[in-house]
Amino acid sequence: MVLKIFFPQCCNKADSGLLVGRWIPGQNSAVVLAVIHYPFIPGQVKQYIHQMRGQSGVDLTVLGSWSMPKEGQEGMESFLRDLSTIFPQGQWLQLSREMGKIGFRCHVLTRDPRGEKDKVIFIHYEQRKVMLSQLHPVDNGVPDPQTESQLPQVFGTVCQSEPLFFLDKYDDGPVKMTHWQSEGREGSIIVELMKQASTPVCLLTTWILTLWTSLCSSRILNVRPMRFISSKLSTCLQLSYRTEHLQTVCSPTRATAHNHFMRKANIFVSFFVDVSLGLLLVSWMYRENRIGKLANTLVPAADHVAKELEELLQWLMGAPAGLKMNRALDQVLGRFFLYHIHLWISYIHLMSPFIEMILWYVGLSACLGLTFALSLLSDITALLTFHIYCFYVYGARLYCMTVYGLSSLWRLFRGKKWNVLRQRVDSCSYDLDQLFIGTLLFTILLFLLPTTALYYLVFTLLRLVVVMFQGVLHLSVDFINSFPLFAMGLRLFRSYRLAEGVKFRVLCEEPGTPLHLMMDINPLKVSSVVQTYRTPTYSCYPKDSWLALCKKLFLGELIYPWRHKTTKID
Amino acid sequence: MQNGDQHYSMEDETYTDIDGKAISLECQSHSGFCREFTVSSAKVSIGRVMAYTCAVWLSAYIIFFVTENTAVLSSAIIITLVGMMVHIHFVKVDHETLLIIGSLGVQVSSSYASGRESTDFIEMGKIKDIVINEAIHMVRKIKDIVINEAIHMQTVIYYLCILLKDPSDPEAVSSVVPLFQSSKPRLNCLVKVYKSCQEILAKC
Repeated sequence: MVLKIFFPQCCNKADSGLLVGRWIPGQNSAVVLAVIHYPFIPGQVKQYIHQMRGQSGVDLTVLGSWSMPKEGQEGMESFLRDLSTIFPQGQWLQLSREMGKIGFRCHVLTRDPRGEKDKVIFIHYEQRKVMLSQLHPVDNGVPDPQTESQLPQVFGTVCQSEPLFFLDKYDDGPVKMTHWQSEGREGSIIVELMKQASTPVCLLTTWILTLWTSLCSSRILNVRPMRFISSKLSTCLQLSYRTEHLQTVCSPTRATAHNHFMRKANIFVSFFVDVSLGLLLVSWMYRENRIGKLANTLVPAADHVAKELEELLQWLMGAPAGLKMNRALDQVLGRFFLYHIHLWISYIHLMSPFIEMILWYVGLSACLGLTFALSLLSDITALLTFHIYCFYVYGARLYCMTVYGLSSLWRLFRGKKWNVLRQRVDSCSYDLDQLFIGTLLFTILLFLLPTTALYYLVFTLLRLVVVMFQGVLHLSVDFINSFPLFAMGLRLFRSYRLAEGVKFRVLCEEPGTPLHLMMDINPLKVSSVVQTYRTPTYSCYPKDSWLALCKKLFLGELIYPWRHKTTKID
Repeated sequence: MQNGDQHYSMEDETYTDIDGKAISLECQSHSGFCREFTVSSAKVSIGRVMAYTCAVWLSAYIIFFVTENTAVLSSAIIITLVGMMVHIHFVKVDHETLLIIGSLGVQVSSSYASGRESTDFIEMGKIKDIVINEAIHMVRKIKDIVINEAIHMQTVIYYLCILLKDPSDPEAVSSVVPLFQSSKPRLNCLVKVYKSCQEILAKC
C-alpha cells in the first residue's frame, strides 16, 4: 500500500524538529499538524501532547522527524534517528528537505519487520482553509471511525485540533511549534467587541420575546373569533413566524453544530436585510407625506372598482357578447349583486375619514421589515376586494347547485340513479309522476344554465386575478424569508468554507523524490448551497395540480388555491 | 514538460470521436502509480461563430427595416453577446482530464472554453472498478430532402465509466459515473486509457 502523508503548506519552510500529527487508522495515511522545534525536553513534549490529546479529543502522536538543515548545521541524521527510540512508534517518518531543492525525501523506519518498502505520496494542504472548511454532505451523527472514508477524517482531524494551534514558536511555552498561526494570532477588534456585547443583548431580546409570546397566548387574545381572523391574516402569520426566528437567533447558548450555526447566521442576516429594506421603504413613504397621498387615493380607487363592477353587471343584465340571457333570472341576480355593491360602497365611505390615520399607523409597522409591508399589502387587498370574494362564493354556489341538479336529473331522464351505498350508477324504475316532474325540472335548469354559468365565469375570473396578485406577494415574502443570504455570501467571498470535495494538482517535482500533490478545496455548487441551507418556511404552494383545479372550476366547487402549511417541514 | 514525468501523445494514431471529428489524447505519467489522461476536443470554429452572428444580425436588420424600431438592433447585439458568453462558459468543453492516483482516488475534470473548470474527486474506497460499457446511441438523420423523413438510427457506442460501490453491499454496484462525456472518444482511445488505469488499479 502507498503511504500518504498530508503535509501543511505552512511547515514547508519550518526549521528542523519533530512532526506532530495523527495516523488515520486503516488508510495507511498520516496527517501532519505541526512541527516542534529544538531545543525541547522529550518529557515535556510527551506531557504536552498528552494534554492536547485530552483537550481536543484527537489521537495526537509524534509521527517522526523533520529536517531542513540550514548552512552549517550538519550531522543531524544520526541524532534524528536516535529520536525514534525516545518516542516509540509503529512507524517512524523521517522527512528531509534540502535548501534549494523543492522535493522532500522520506524514509520510513518501521518496527514491523515484514513491512516492505513503501511508496510515499506527499499531499500538501493549506491548514487554515482546511480547518475552517466544512465538508458536505454534513454528517449529523457520530460516524464510525473504521468505515469512514479518508477525506472526512482528515478534515475532522484538522478541525478538532484547534487547541493545538494556540501556542506557537514565539510563545514562551514548554514547546515551540510551527503551524498556520505561527505568523501571528489573528484577531479583529470589532469581532471581539461584538462577541462581548452579544450576550447581554441576547438576554434582553429573549426576555422581551418571552413577554411578547406570553401576551399573545393570553386569554384575551385567544377568543375564538380573534383566532380565526388572525389565522387568515398573513401579517399575523408573518409576525408569529418572525418571533420564532428571533427566538432561535437570540438564544444565549452557542451553536456548536455546523447546521445550527448556519441556520442562526442565515436568519440573522435575512432579518437584518429585511429590516433595513423596511426602514428604507418607510423613510421613502413618509418623506413627502406619500402615505397621506396613498390613503387619499385608496377610497377613490375602491369607488372606481365598484363603478367598474356596476358597469359589468349592467352589461351582463343586457345582452353580453351577443348571448341571450334568461331575462327574469338575469334581473334577479343583477339586482342582487348591485345591491351588494351599494352596501359595500356605503361601508367604504363610512370608513373614509379614518383611513388616513389607520394607514399612517399601520404603515409604521413596515419598520419591522419589508416582508411585513408586503403581507400588509396582501391583507389590504384581501379586505378591499372582499365583495369580489363574496360574489364569487354566491356565483359558485349557485352554479354548483345547478350542475349537481342537472347531473342528477339527467340520470333520472335516462332512468338511472346514483347508488350511494355502492358508489355507482344503477338503473331504477321511476313512477310516471316522478319522471314528469323530473323532466320538467331538468328542462328548466338546462335553460337557466347559460345565465348562471356566465355569472359564475365572470366572478371566478375576477377572483382568480385577485388570487394571483396575492400569490405573487406571498411568493416574494416566502423568498425573502427562506433565501440563505449568509450561506450565499460565504460561498461567494469565502468559498473554501463550504466544501463539496477536494481537487488535486500534481506539483512539479524532481526525479528521485516521491510524488507531491496539492490538495485544493472544491467549493459547493451555488444550487446546492441554496438547497441545503434554505430556511424552512410556512410556504404557500398550490394545493391542487392544474388538472384538479380545472375539474373543480368546471364543477363549481370553491377553490382555495394557496394553502399555508400549518406545521413546518424541516 | 515536467522533469521526471513521461509525457507522450500518440502521434502515430489519430483519434476521432463518435461523430468523426478529430480529437487528441495526451497521457502523462507522473509516477509509477499516478497518471493523467487529457482528451481535447475541437476548438470553437470561427466559421460557425461568424455564420450564427451574421444570421442573427441579418434577421435583426430585416425586422428593423420593417418596424423602424432601434430596440431590435440593440437587443440583437445583446442576444448575440450573451449567447456567445453562455456558450463558451457553460456549453463548450475544451478538454477533459482523468487523473488517477493509486490508493488515493480518481479525479475527473472538464475544462470549458472560457477557462472554467469543473472537478470531481472520487475516493479509491468508493471505486469498485473502471470498465468500458456499451450503450445504444440514438442518431437522427433526415434521409432525403425529397422524402423529408426523419429516421432514427441506432448505433452502439462505447464509453468508459467508473463503477461505484454500494456502502451497504460491497458486491453490488451503486452507481455508474461515465467519463469523457463531451468528447466521446472512440474505442481505440478508450482501450488505451482503460489498460493504463487497470495497471494502476491492480498495483494498489
